[in-house]
Amino acid sequence: MKTSLLASDARTKKRNAAEARFKAYGLSAIVVAMLALAILLTSVLTNGLSSFQQTFISLPIELAEERVDKQGNRDPAEMARTTTIGYAPLLRAAIVAEVERQGLTTELSDKDLGDMISKEAAATVRNRVLANPDLVGETITFDLLAAGRIDGYFKGRVTLETAALDGNTSPEALMVAQALADAGVIETKFNWNFFTAPDASVQRPEAAGLGVAILGSLYMMLVVLFLALPIGVASSIYLEEFAPKNRITDIIEVNISNLAAVPSIVYGILGLAIFINFMEFNQSSPLVGGLVLTLMTLPTIIISTRAALKSVPPSIRDAALGVGASKMQSVFHHVLPLAAPGILTGTIIGLAQALGETAPLLLIGMVAFVREYPAAYTPEAGLFGEASTALPVQVYNWTQRSDPAFVERASGAIITLLVFLLIMNAVAIYLRRRFERRW
Amino acid sequence: MQSLTTPLLLIFALAVIGYFLAKSRALKVAGGDVRALVSLPNQHALNTALSTAVPPAAAVLLFALYARLSEGEPNWLFSLVILGLGVTGCALSLIGIKTETRARTYAERWILGLLIFASSIAIMTTVGIVFSMLFETFNFFGQYDWRDFFFSLTWSPNFRGDSDLGIIPLLWGTLYVSFIALLFAVPIGLFAAIYLSEYAGPRLRSVAKPAIEVLAGIPTIVYGLFALITVGPLLRDYFAEPMGFGQSASSVMTAGLVMGIMLIPFVSSLSDDIINAVPQAMRDGSLGLGATPSETIRQVVIPAALPGIVGAVLLAASRAIGETMIVVLGAGAAARLSLNPFEAMTTVTVKIVSQLTGDTDFASPETLVAFALGLTLFVITLGLNVFALYIVRKYREQYE
Repeated sequence: MKTSLLASDARTKKRNAAEARFKAYGLSAIVVAMLALAILLTSVLTNGLSSFQQTFISLPIELAEERVDKQGNRDPAEMARTTTIGYAPLLRAAIVAEVERQGLTTELSDKDLGDMISKEAAATVRNRVLANPDLVGETITFDLLAAGRIDGYFKGRVTLETAALDGNTSPEALMVAQALADAGVIETKFNWNFFTAPDASVQRPEAAGLGVAILGSLYMMLVVLFLALPIGVASSIYLEEFAPKNRITDIIEVNISNLAAVPSIVYGILGLAIFINFMEFNQSSPLVGGLVLTLMTLPTIIISTRAALKSVPPSIRDAALGVGASKMQSVFHHVLPLAAPGILTGTIIGLAQALGETAPLLLIGMVAFVREYPAAYTPEAGLFGEASTALPVQVYNWTQRSDPAFVERASGAIITLLVFLLIMNAVAIYLRRRFERRW
Repeated sequence: MQSLTTPLLLIFALAVIGYFLAKSRALKVAGGDVRALVSLPNQHALNTALSTAVPPAAAVLLFALYARLSEGEPNWLFSLVILGLGVTGCALSLIGIKTETRARTYAERWILGLLIFASSIAIMTTVGIVFSMLFETFNFFGQYDWRDFFFSLTWSPNFRGDSDLGIIPLLWGTLYVSFIALLFAVPIGLFAAIYLSEYAGPRLRSVAKPAIEVLAGIPTIVYGLFALITVGPLLRDYFAEPMGFGQSASSVMTAGLVMGIMLIPFVSSLSDDIINAVPQAMRDGSLGLGATPSETIRQVVIPAALPGIVGAVLLAASRAIGETMIVVLGAGAAARLSLNPFEAMTTVTVKIVSQLTGDTDFASPETLVAFALGLTLFVITLGLNVFALYIVRKYREQYE
C-alpha cells in the first residue's frame, strides 16, 4: 500500500483528533473555572448593589410641645420619658398631611399611611429632638427611612402583584408611594447608614447597618496584627535561623504545616473551651475572636515569613558575622530588614484570610444581636471585651432572617467585605512589586 | 486578672528606668570611654531591661494558669512576688555591670528564650486543641454510650433528654458532599493545571492564573451565600423539581457544587506545582520518540506526577470535610441517610455549629456531643493531611 507524507493516514488522524480533544478539555476546564468566578461575582453584585441605596421620605414634622415635652421645661431627661411610641403619631400626621397637600385621594387608613414610614424613623426624630431640645414647637423637615416594602418597591424587589399577597403592605400603598415619588417627596439616595448604623431587628431591615460589625472586625484585626505578627516573626526567626536540626524542631515544623490545614471550626471549639470556658474571657468579645483568629493566622504568617527569611542570601549573614556582629545582631540588624517586605505581604494576606473567617466566630458567640457600639476599652470589660459582631458573621446572621430584604443586606455586606479584601490584597501586591529584591 | 495589671505596669516602668540606669552606669564604669567596655552600653541597657521584665512576665503567665486551675484569685502576696522578681532582676544586672561583663551574650540569651517561647506557641495550640476536645469528649462518653455514638443510625437530639446522637448520618452527609465536590473540582482543577502548564501561552496564563487564584481568596461565607441565594434555587427549579427529586433548595448537590468551585484553585495550584516538578527531560524524551503532547502528558507526565496528584486530592478532601459555612448555608440541617443528591442532608460541621450556638448547657450530652464530633473531625482531617503531606513530600524529593 502506498502512503504519502503529505496526506495523513487514519491512525495519525485519530491521534491528532485525540490531541485536539485533550486540548479542548483543558481549555474548557479553564473556561468553567472563570465562568464560575464570573457568575459568583455577578450574583453577589446584582443582589447586593441595591443595599447601597435607600429610600427616604422627606416630611415636614410639627414637633408639638404637648406631644414631645409635656412639662415644657426643655429638659432632655424629662423629655426622654416620651418613648418612640409617643413620636409615631407625629410622623403619621405628617405623612397624612403630605398626602393631602399633594392632592392624592386614597382608600388607605391613616395607620396604613403611617406604616409606609419605617418604625426606625420615630427613633431618628426622637434622638434629634433629645439632642437639641430647642427644636420643640417648630416644624422641621426630616429625611425619614421608608418602610422595607416601600424601599423594596423602588428597588424592584416588591411589585404590585407580590404586594397583593403581602400582609405588610398593599398595592394601594405602593401606588401612593409612586405618586409621592413623582412629586419628589420620596427619594432614593446613597445609604451612608448602611456602613455606620448598627444592626436592626427582624421587622426593620431598612434600618440595618454594618457599623457594629465593621468596628468589631477592626478590633479583631488589631488584636491579630499585634499578636500574630510579633509571635509569627519571632518563631520563624527561631526556626529558620537558630533552631538546631533535631527531633523537637522537626515536630514543630510538621506541627505548623498541619495546623495550617486544621479545619477552622476546630479553632472555634478551641476558643470556646480555652478562652471562654477556662480563662473566662467575655463571650462575643473581639478579644476572644482576635485570639482565635491569631492562632489560625499564625501558620500562614510563619510559613510566609520563613520563605522571606530563606530568600535573603547567606552572604549577608556572613558579612555581618565577619565584621564582628553576633548571630542575633546579624539577624535583627540585617536579615530581618531585608526580609521585611516579604513578611509584610504575608501578614496582610494572613489578615485578609482572618477577616473573612466565619465559622470559629459563630462558636464563640459573635452571632449575638448587638446594637451597642463596642468600646475599645472599659474598666469592667477590659480591653476589647465588649460584645460585638464581625462582618462575615453579620452576613450569616442576615441570611438566617426570613424577610427577603435581608438577602439584599447580606449581599451588600459581602460586597463591603470583598472590597476590604481587595484593598488589602492590592496593597500586598503593591508592596511586593515595589520592595521585593531579587538576589 | 485585673489585679495583675498594676504590678505589670510597674514592672514595665521599672524596665524602662533600668534601661537608662544601666546605660549611664556602664558609661560610668568605663570612665566615659566606651572602648574600655567589652559590651556596648546599649547592650548593658538591653540586658537590664530584659532581666527586669522577662521573669515577672513569665511568673504572671504561670500564675494566671495556676489561678484558673485552682479557682483562686491573685492576691497581694503574688503582686509582691512579681515586684520582688523584677526589682531583684534589675538590681542584680545593674550590680553586674563591669568593664568585662559580656552583656551582649546575656541579653541575647534572653531574646533567644523569647524566640523559643514564640515557636512553642504552635505546639501549645495543638496541645490546646487536643486537650480541650479530649476533656469534654470524655465527659460526653461518661453520659452517653460510645457504641451508640459511633454506630447508631439516627441523629435526633432532644433537649429534654433521651436523644439519639449517632454520628453515622452526619458522616454520610459529610462524605457525600465532599465526594460531589471532588467529583467536580478534581477534573476541572487538574485539566486547568495541565492546560496552563503545558499548553497555554503567556498571555492566557497571565489572565487565567490570577483569576483562578482569586477564587481561592474569596471567603467561604461568600460561597455559602452564593449557594443559598443562587445555586440552591437554580438547582431546585431546573433540576430537582422537573425531574421529581424533591423540592429542597438546600441539598447535597448545592453544597457539593459550590464547594467544588471553592476547591478548583486548591487542586489546580497544587497540581501545577507537581506537574512543573516533573523534569523537562522526560517530556523531551517522549516528544522526541514521536508522541503527541497529549500522549506525553497522559503516558509520561501524569504517571510521574501521580503520587503528588493523589496527595493534592487528599488535601482537597480534607478541606472539603472540614468546610463549614458552605454546608451550613447550602446543605440543610436534617440528618438523613439517603442516596438522593437533591435532598437536604447535614454534616458533622453543621451539627457542631448548631449544638454550640444559642443556649448551651455544658453538662448535657446534647451540647457535649459537639466536642466528640469536633474530635472525630480533627482526627479524620489530621490523618488525611499527614498522609497527603507525606506523599507530596516523598514525591518532591524523587526528582530533586
